[in-house]
Amino acid sequence: MSVLAGKELRIVGFLCNWCSYGGADTAGTARAVQPTDLRIIRVPCSGRVNPLFVLKALINGADGVLVSGCHPRDCHYSAGNYYARRRLELLKEFLPVIGINPDRFEYTWVSASEGQRWKDVVTNFTNRIHALGPAPRWEDVPARYDRPEELIESIRPLGCGEHPALPELRQAVKDALAEGLEGVLGWKKGFDAVHAEPVFMTTPEEVDSLIWGPFNVHNLAVYLPQYKGRKIGVVVKGCDSKGVVELLAENLISREDVKIFGMGCNGTVSLPRILAKLPEGVKIESCTGRGNKITVTAGGQDYEMTMAEVAQDKCRLCTKPNAVLSDVFVGTPTTEPAAPADGRLPGLRFLDSLSLEERMGYWKGQMERCIACHACRGACPMCVCRDYCVSDTRDPAWVTQEDTVQQKLFFQLIHAQHLAGRCTGCTECERACPMDIPVFALKQQFGRMIQKIFSYGAGLDVNATPPLLTYQVEEPTIKEHDLA
Amino acid sequence: MSSLLFATPKDLTSWLAKLASDHRVLAPRQEGPSVVYRPRTAEQLASDDIDALLRRATASPKQAMLPQCETLMTFKSVKDAEDPSKLTTTLENPCVAEPTVLFGCRPCDARGFVVLDRPYLEGKFKDPYYGARREATVIVTQACPSAFSSCFCNWVGSHPSDKEGSDILFTAVEGGFVLEVVTEKGQALLEGADFADASDRAADVEAVHEAAAATLPSPSTLTDVPAKVAARFTDIAFWEKETVKCLSCGACTYLCPTCQCFTITDEGSQLDGRRLRSWDSCMTPLFTLETSGHNPRPTKAERMRNRISHKFSFYPERYDGFFSCVGCGRCVVSCPVSLDIRHMVKAAVEGVVLDAGKSGEPAEVPASEKAEEKAPVEEVKAPAEVAVPEAPTAVPTEPVEAVPAESVEAAAAEVVPVEPVEAAASAAAPAQATPASRTQKSAGRTTSRSSSKSKAKKR
Repeated sequence: MSVLAGKELRIVGFLCNWCSYGGADTAGTARAVQPTDLRIIRVPCSGRVNPLFVLKALINGADGVLVSGCHPRDCHYSAGNYYARRRLELLKEFLPVIGINPDRFEYTWVSASEGQRWKDVVTNFTNRIHALGPAPRWEDVPARYDRPEELIESIRPLGCGEHPALPELRQAVKDALAEGLEGVLGWKKGFDAVHAEPVFMTTPEEVDSLIWGPFNVHNLAVYLPQYKGRKIGVVVKGCDSKGVVELLAENLISREDVKIFGMGCNGTVSLPRILAKLPEGVKIESCTGRGNKITVTAGGQDYEMTMAEVAQDKCRLCTKPNAVLSDVFVGTPTTEPAAPADGRLPGLRFLDSLSLEERMGYWKGQMERCIACHACRGACPMCVCRDYCVSDTRDPAWVTQEDTVQQKLFFQLIHAQHLAGRCTGCTECERACPMDIPVFALKQQFGRMIQKIFSYGAGLDVNATPPLLTYQVEEPTIKEHDLA
Repeated sequence: MSSLLFATPKDLTSWLAKLASDHRVLAPRQEGPSVVYRPRTAEQLASDDIDALLRRATASPKQAMLPQCETLMTFKSVKDAEDPSKLTTTLENPCVAEPTVLFGCRPCDARGFVVLDRPYLEGKFKDPYYGARREATVIVTQACPSAFSSCFCNWVGSHPSDKEGSDILFTAVEGGFVLEVVTEKGQALLEGADFADASDRAADVEAVHEAAAATLPSPSTLTDVPAKVAARFTDIAFWEKETVKCLSCGACTYLCPTCQCFTITDEGSQLDGRRLRSWDSCMTPLFTLETSGHNPRPTKAERMRNRISHKFSFYPERYDGFFSCVGCGRCVVSCPVSLDIRHMVKAAVEGVVLDAGKSGEPAEVPASEKAEEKAPVEEVKAPAEVAVPEAPTAVPTEPVEAVPAESVEAAAAEVVPVEPVEAAASAAAPAQATPASRTQKSAGRTTSRSSSKSKAKKR
């Protein structure tokens, strides 16, 4: 029966060569009667199954995906299936955020001798997919353009006044330069009063241009890997310091090469929120901050706004306003609030409130306007492949050059997947997006699932091992998915 | 053909809605904080708030002529039943240029199409895809009511009510809009529109235009920009310093109304597939990566040098002093690290002295040769073409020379070799004067043929 006849669905199976493929063979040799919807792809080990295989199949129209490998403790390569278990469990938890029913994906263990078990697994999984019906097609889902408009309340006081310790910070940077640092990354005033820009300070005069305030939005950790092997410094906010820590933890920079300057952060602003308060195209003349109030003078008029209205979302829920690791910490640390009851940013909260199909429609509506510039990747401190991103290769061709929603979303899934357990939540991907596409929700979904399953947060400890780079023989937080 | 017509906001949206019945009407739409050009239906246009239609788009409207991705052709090969080594290949060109109205772009955007026209439509090879769309599109431009902080069109020879590239220019005045017909295409579009005559509002329009011009920064005082930017070519330390904060992300090139480079890839299988043309960016390392692994522009400094030089030196050298930058400022305002092209060009130009054929870089013999050749050329041509050819600012792009799209016989290769069309070698092109650039040029040629990403780019 052909797929097109409508009775059969498209189910893709990734089977480990040593156990499950053998199990399927055993079932076949025994002439076990089983559904024929499954298309099998043989892989050396379930540990070879890149979660992107599964995502690519599902994004491009598979109705179901099954991964099967050797039972734990039975892996031909000792530990491949332990790694697979962690990755695939995380993937299953991730799927709902892009509107894919997690029941459409399953992973299980079947050994080479378990012909009967294989038959049961295939039958049960196929029945489950048939009960769900064909997967919704991206072409058929209505795009939606609504977005979370609500502002989340800050769990800490936000401020935008002049930082009293700034002169001290400048002095500390000057001293470090005098002691032989090649340069120090910081911020200076940008092309208008509400823009700051990164600066690599090498002279005392340049240090005098260093600013600290609500416009220091950029995460300067992004520049560190390119200076590897050179002695430089970096000025960090709390969130930026997590990026530095993660780079150190992954050995992408060395501790002795980088000198970290920290200061207590009182929050940064979202430029689109400020601009939304001004008439379109108005010329910004100046900007002053006092307490939690920002006054922007534009077109000869004053516009007052509070940090509560214009702060970036991440700053509202920030629990690490001070550098988590620093060599020089200047001024009084900002009070660290307790973790919020709900750490989700508006993007994820909004997605959680939608049905699966509505979530697909949401991503369709958002990704339509993506221009595929990949500024999200450029601004990400953890995107360390830089010139060698897998999405740029033609072989394997993860993404095509087509400008369809699926292709553009798949690029985002590559980004999110490669950041699983590494993303420190700086939201630079979203800030850098010229089209304001809320891509951070994908990373936050991975982040919260990693927190839930592995109780791990990235960027806090240089000695920590990221959860996807290790395993436990018994995983207390992962339950078996038995299909038989 | 400078008849003036008056339309109330209601008249204007009804007219657009009427046009939507037999045209693809592209108009700005608010999506989140971004404003995006979308094909709009008659119902949407009729019910749209006029202010929403007048907002400046976040990305330039160049996609109307040069889509982010387009299918140049589809190919299908069928094996002969008798002799499977024989293939019958059919090629189809799916490009249909439907009649289109591009509504609400700004004068800088419209001028961007004039910049694109030169490489795509002039010379030996004309791009039929671009040409067909250009032909089928009527551009209805809104004169800017005021300048953004990042605007600098007056630095590159334009102004907020520039008609160049537009078919109709409309200006918001008290009570509605005054439409000025610029071309015959515009005239034809307005037939049957039934707008009132507005000859008596000419003074109002003039006042709005002057008020808008007054909101721009003062015109730049830079001179000999192309030659001076070219003279910076070998000063790699300068470019390294300027690009310290660049993330090499390429957002600038995709937002730019004049960035014109593309790549060509085949998708599908060898027997059944599509040849696609999609935007490419000179800010990415893959753009120049060769199959051998050699990359003539391995760092962001060299890539930015190329981008700036292309916009302010190579392009004006080749096309009568016309900068390949329209001063829209999108690259400034949307850059994740606020890199400012105005600052960069200014810095590149300042400090370079071009006297009697000696460039400011005494060590660079090739640069001075080039400067020598250029300075006079620039002086003759620039004043005629560009009002004040001084200020540098621009959104640069790598120009892609028109690719002979017709040469599509061989369809089966997975990687499509596209013959780059060599620019009609302008003797003044800086690249040819410098040994360094010469290397780059020939290297680029190799790349187009065989890069694993199969890039077709010019030079």
